Amino acid sequence: MRFLPDQDHLAYTSTVRRLLEDSTPVRTARAWAAGDHAPGRALWRALADTGLPALAVPEEAGGLGWYPPELAAAFVEIGRAAAPGPLVETVALTAALHDGKLLTGEHLATVTDPAAGYAVDAHAADAVYTLTPTPPPALHAATPTGPALPSVDPTRHLVRCTPGDPVVADTRRLSDLCTLLTAAQLLGLGRALLDSSVEYVRHRKQFGRPVGSFQAVKHQLADAAVGLEFAQPLLHGAALAVRGDAAADPRDLPAAKAACSQAALTAARTALQVHGAIGYTDEYDVSLLLRKARALAQAWGTTRTCHEAVLAAP
Amino acid sequence: MTMDLALTPAEEEFRAEARAWLAAHVPAEPLPSLETAEGFAAHRAWERELHGGGWSVVSWPTALGGRDASLTEWLLFEEEYYAAGAPGRVSQNGINLLAPTLFAHGTAEQLARILPPMASGETIWAQAWSEPEAGSDLASLTSRAERTDRDGGGWLLTGQKTWSSRAAFADRAFGLFRTDPTAERHRGLSYLMFPLDAEGVTVRPIGRLDGKPAFAEIFLDQVFVPDADVIGEPGQGWRAAMSTAGNERGLTLRSPGRFTAAAARLRHLWEHHGSPGDTATAGRVADAWIRARAYQLAGYAAASAPDDPQAAVPSSMNKLFWSQLDIDLHETALDLLGPGTAEITEGLPESTWLDGWIFALAGPLYAGTNEIQRDIVAERVLGLPRGR
Repeated sequence: MRFLPDQDHLAYTSTVRRLLEDSTPVRTARAWAAGDHAPGRALWRALADTGLPALAVPEEAGGLGWYPPELAAAFVEIGRAAAPGPLVETVALTAALHDGKLLTGEHLATVTDPAAGYAVDAHAADAVYTLTPTPPPALHAATPTGPALPSVDPTRHLVRCTPGDPVVADTRRLSDLCTLLTAAQLLGLGRALLDSSVEYVRHRKQFGRPVGSFQAVKHQLADAAVGLEFAQPLLHGAALAVRGDAAADPRDLPAAKAACSQAALTAARTALQVHGAIGYTDEYDVSLLLRKARALAQAWGTTRTCHEAVLAAP
Repeated sequence: MTMDLALTPAEEEFRAEARAWLAAHVPAEPLPSLETAEGFAAHRAWERELHGGGWSVVSWPTALGGRDASLTEWLLFEEEYYAAGAPGRVSQNGINLLAPTLFAHGTAEQLARILPPMASGETIWAQAWSEPEAGSDLASLTSRAERTDRDGGGWLLTGQKTWSSRAAFADRAFGLFRTDPTAERHRGLSYLMFPLDAEGVTVRPIGRLDGKPAFAEIFLDQVFVPDADVIGEPGQGWRAAMSTAGNERGLTLRSPGRFTAAAARLRHLWEHHGSPGDTATAGRVADAWIRARAYQLAGYAAASAPDDPQAAVPSSMNKLFWSQLDIDLHETALDLLGPGTAEITEGLPESTWLDGWIFALAGPLYAGTNEIQRDIVAERVLGLPRGR
């Protein structure tokens, strides 16, 4: 057994991380929220140039192979950077459709989360689909028919869509991949919230000393760190389950989504508390990350449906 | 080499062998409580049987009674052990706390003399860390060891230790004593071992929260310890103790297998006692399974690179995680058992949940309270400034 990322996996993760750090992802997210999608699309094309969507497509179909663990690691970084757009849905549709323009990052695509009935950012996508979960899951080309409703995450908009013609697609892993990558994004968001909190409390002084030296502050951050630490191995386990490993446990996927949601929400609440009022402002990044965590905790598997899935498995 | 969870054929074989032996040997009825004199004796006999099968200390070298098992194999053994419903380990203080310190700091003579009877249950060890005035602040301890020329040279122990689990029944104890009265706090402490029936030792049992005589105070009055029973250099005891403190707080004290087995039993309980509409309790059952699985997978990650500390969850985080899980898991089980059954302490098969709950309540207290662990996580893992 070797239940750790290998060198290639780690090297790829740091490539993605550097690319995101060198861009200005939060500014890109704020532009996206304001309706300017150009910087977000440019960032996605740059991410696609690293081979990101190609990691969801077998070589014979023009991709690099089927690499859910590496995809999950990349989406931890995307979550950490709060990069905007229907990126989870785009990668999952790339895996299902093997579409050339999705593979290159030229196009963004989105699909309805069946539990919600909305497609995220359909107004900003090049292609829109609906997913009917009844086995086997069916994918239909769709048209946005409703207004773009604002989400608690200002970078997301939810749109009702009407299904049109069915499309030929490999839909077996579509929903699972969305769940995995959403969980990964949540873990990254939680890490970013913890890191910014640690940085803040080391420098913010009250009563003549850094607030991070007070146990009441330290202990909250320690608990948030523990939650994130133990969500990581579940995310790895979930990635192996999505990859289809015989030795993996399919329950790890809903387990990871529930654990990453909870860890991210705890980190968000802790971040807000230790930042004090400045964290409650629109201008400060904590609020952007906190609101995204709230939205993603509900997307592609709620804690309740994940708990049901864990208990339903034989 | 891509990440995977597949066992090697050797690991599969090891697991199968452990499972078969346990299936043939684990007592059908639970042994009487480990926390009573009668139960202690029954658990000592079980240690002997376990040792006879070669399963009492699987990760130790073969020459000392082990199987040279890897960390992965040890994790698999623990999973099988608890899944089989095998008895609690009465030798745990020796095996989990003293043995790692001896492997790191002991002499060859000490290893050969002390470890084989520990492995067989012939010698059962108690810890002697806390004192009435030194709990979380262990370095403030005042029990002393004074130099003597008696019997070829050694030390005379005087003072008081407390909260020593099962010291009333155990054979020997280990702990820290101040050998240099002029040195302060962490300096001038030595790590010594002594027999609990030696002249000058008085052990007074203390009833635990549930009344069982599982705690004890140890009074020491000029108790002779030969030089051969000092571990490491005199004065370097704090370092010796802390270098293996991770063993106590980490994976090895409470292995993931304990929790995956308990979570599976909880799920079983849910299937028999849960009501379909009770989503709140279903959520708690699922959450316990998820957390036990997270701890199990974290263990596999650590075992995948046993020499790389980066691969392992820091031990203080492990301790915070399992100690809270243990309480939540048992409280969920008691809520599921419902009125009557959940409060009966003896005579029902379900009473083991109540025992487990009582045991779990101590988790956030022993081996460094969870407040101390959170300080360690905040300061050493997150890099926050020192201070309380």
